[in-house]
Amino acid sequence: MNDMLLTNARLIDPEAGTEVAGAVQISGGRIAAVLTGVEAAPATGLQVIDCSGKCLAPGIVDLGVKVCEPGERHKESFRSAGRAAAAGGVTTMITRPDTLPAIDSPEQLEFVSRRAAEAAPVRIHPMAALTKGRQGREMVEIGFLLDAGAVAFSDADAVVADTKVYTRCLTYARSLGALVVAHPQEPILSAGAATTSGKFASLKGLPAVSPMAERLGLERDMTLVEMTGARYHADSLSTAVALPVLERAKKAGLDVTAGVNIHHLTLNVLDIGDYRTFFKIKPPLRDEDDRLAMVEAVGAGLIDIISSMHTPQDEESKRLPFEEAASGAVALETFLPAALRLYHAGQLSLPQLFRAMALNPAERLGLPTGRLAEGAPADLVLFDPDAPIVLDRFTLRSKSKNTPFDGARMQGKVLRTWVGGTEVFAA
Amino acid sequence: MTFRQKHLLGIEGLHPDEIRTVLDLSEKYVDLNRSANKHGDVLKGLTQINMFFENSTRTQSSFEIAGKRLGADVMNMAMQASSIKKGETLIDTALTLNAMHPDLLVVRHPHSGAVNLLAEKVNCAVLNAGDGKHEHPTQALLDALTIRYAKGRLHRLSVAICGDIAHSRVARSNILLLGKMENRVRLIGPPTLMPAEIGAFGVEVFEDMEEGLKDVDVVMMLRLQKERMDGGFIPSEREYYHRYGLDAEKLAHAKPDAIIMHPGPMNRGVEIDGTLADDINRSVIQDQVEMGVAVRMAAMELLAKNLEAARKVPEDA
Repeated sequence: MNDMLLTNARLIDPEAGTEVAGAVQISGGRIAAVLTGVEAAPATGLQVIDCSGKCLAPGIVDLGVKVCEPGERHKESFRSAGRAAAAGGVTTMITRPDTLPAIDSPEQLEFVSRRAAEAAPVRIHPMAALTKGRQGREMVEIGFLLDAGAVAFSDADAVVADTKVYTRCLTYARSLGALVVAHPQEPILSAGAATTSGKFASLKGLPAVSPMAERLGLERDMTLVEMTGARYHADSLSTAVALPVLERAKKAGLDVTAGVNIHHLTLNVLDIGDYRTFFKIKPPLRDEDDRLAMVEAVGAGLIDIISSMHTPQDEESKRLPFEEAASGAVALETFLPAALRLYHAGQLSLPQLFRAMALNPAERLGLPTGRLAEGAPADLVLFDPDAPIVLDRFTLRSKSKNTPFDGARMQGKVLRTWVGGTEVFAA
Repeated sequence: MTFRQKHLLGIEGLHPDEIRTVLDLSEKYVDLNRSANKHGDVLKGLTQINMFFENSTRTQSSFEIAGKRLGADVMNMAMQASSIKKGETLIDTALTLNAMHPDLLVVRHPHSGAVNLLAEKVNCAVLNAGDGKHEHPTQALLDALTIRYAKGRLHRLSVAICGDIAHSRVARSNILLLGKMENRVRLIGPPTLMPAEIGAFGVEVFEDMEEGLKDVDVVMMLRLQKERMDGGFIPSEREYYHRYGLDAEKLAHAKPDAIIMHPGPMNRGVEIDGTLADDINRSVIQDQVEMGVAVRMAAMELLAKNLEAARKVPEDA
């Protein structure tokens, strides 16, 4: 925890929505001062790091990372995910509970916290399951799990189909102020689907689900949130038809936020091409119109959070016919360059991106990170938004290499990452 | 004569000239198959393996006869009975077979895209004998040959495809092929058996059979799978027959010389009236089976030639 001064930086401040030249002084693991313009005079006795005019932003807070411990450590461990996160500028991972077994008891959660602390260089806050075994039948010990450090409750991609059980979970969670993170989807309509229905699915003969299944799921959830008053976050909206439902709920004053996955902002269903299973994700990739609607919704602030939805899968689970292949893509290390595509396309500014990737998720989870402000933890990422890269999946630090961006030309390179003032990555 | 394909995975990647090449060569084999000595030797010394991960009698026998008539060593593997049950993955199975140096691999699989995946992993020619709901290219080619024989041409015809389009790889391959050869394609069926946004493929969609059959040259019926009959996709077999079964009354809306086709096996009294199916003046269903062998002989010959040419060039040249 050296005290230091990061000078000559382009400061990306998501709170103020600004992008200005300046310096950041770090002391005791926290941001001691943010100096802009001419006042950036180097203080004496500090280690000075020249940022060469590159971008300095709050570290990414990634809501919904799958680390495959316990159960499938060969796919991703806390050590490998932590290294990947640091290299990707992700300083806080909010981990998913959809492991084997699911994180549904305080003992399981303690295991996660212990492993995270000993193996990963970045901050990790775990989510716990909402129901035991993510089976949708009995609620977990929400109170004990909160005490043990769970930041939110989620059955991940398993939808609690029984509305009576779900209503009770939401009501109980509300009484403790716990945040429920859900994956809106009508589970019967979407059962067995491998892609989004439409021209592409019809041509390729793949089982598909209508985008309406997402709207149906969100409509149900909004009704139950209105009924119970629960704090709710939809983790992965992906369709244009669901957005008006979200907008109505927000206007009605419900305690609701929503997220989108980076892949739904940067890829569409046609990218699947000749049954490429690295493009099989959940929810499935959508039409280009949906992608554009999601980008616009992030810009307008209707969608609050962008996540990587990092989901490691080994080669065996992907080298199968498309219908049988596992869903998900690794994304910790491609998160920032993929997001920068939207910046280079002129669709979102850098402060807008970091609002959705750092500030908003931190605020929603009640974390002090995600901001470039005096007193905030010195979780920072220094990156060059223009540096060109051609992604080679075998260079990824994740144990699993299932990225849809293999061979892709991207722009954006993380140069350094600090967590609490300690450097955890340097290119 | 142009045919540049390494594999025959679908109609989607074929150029109209390549389709014509296959059909022209097939005609030669129709003649050979009708003669007393049915033997050729263009596949002599080559090994053909039929890998069927899904039950099939007709297609498998057709490929087997086609290979044998051209002199190939043909082996049938009933895959649903063997390694899959032991947990072997598709790719491992493919690599195992590949090590036996086959030249032609004929594959049927219940999942769309599985044959494409397999083709990436082997170094022989792969023929798709039907993958999930995706494609069944040799069926579309044999249908095209049948139409060309019966109608004297394969362009500017109006063709109706009727029944369970959604679950049919035969329909997909036929839609693509008939479209490439500049025909008008009409799809007829209940909306529950119609794929989403199928209109984008340049076809007309009809829910009313009589309206859809109006003035068509070719009526192509599809098989309705038993498991789709009870309540799930359609209310009942008898209501389906009433609305979408082909009988003389509905056929009267087509052109007087319209032909009737069916990829088999037929459900008489479900999608087609038995008498119509047997009407030698209208039904070409038996011809389709005959054309099937010829088309498969032609396709295998063309692929074997390309394979031979590719093997003459060293990999790194």
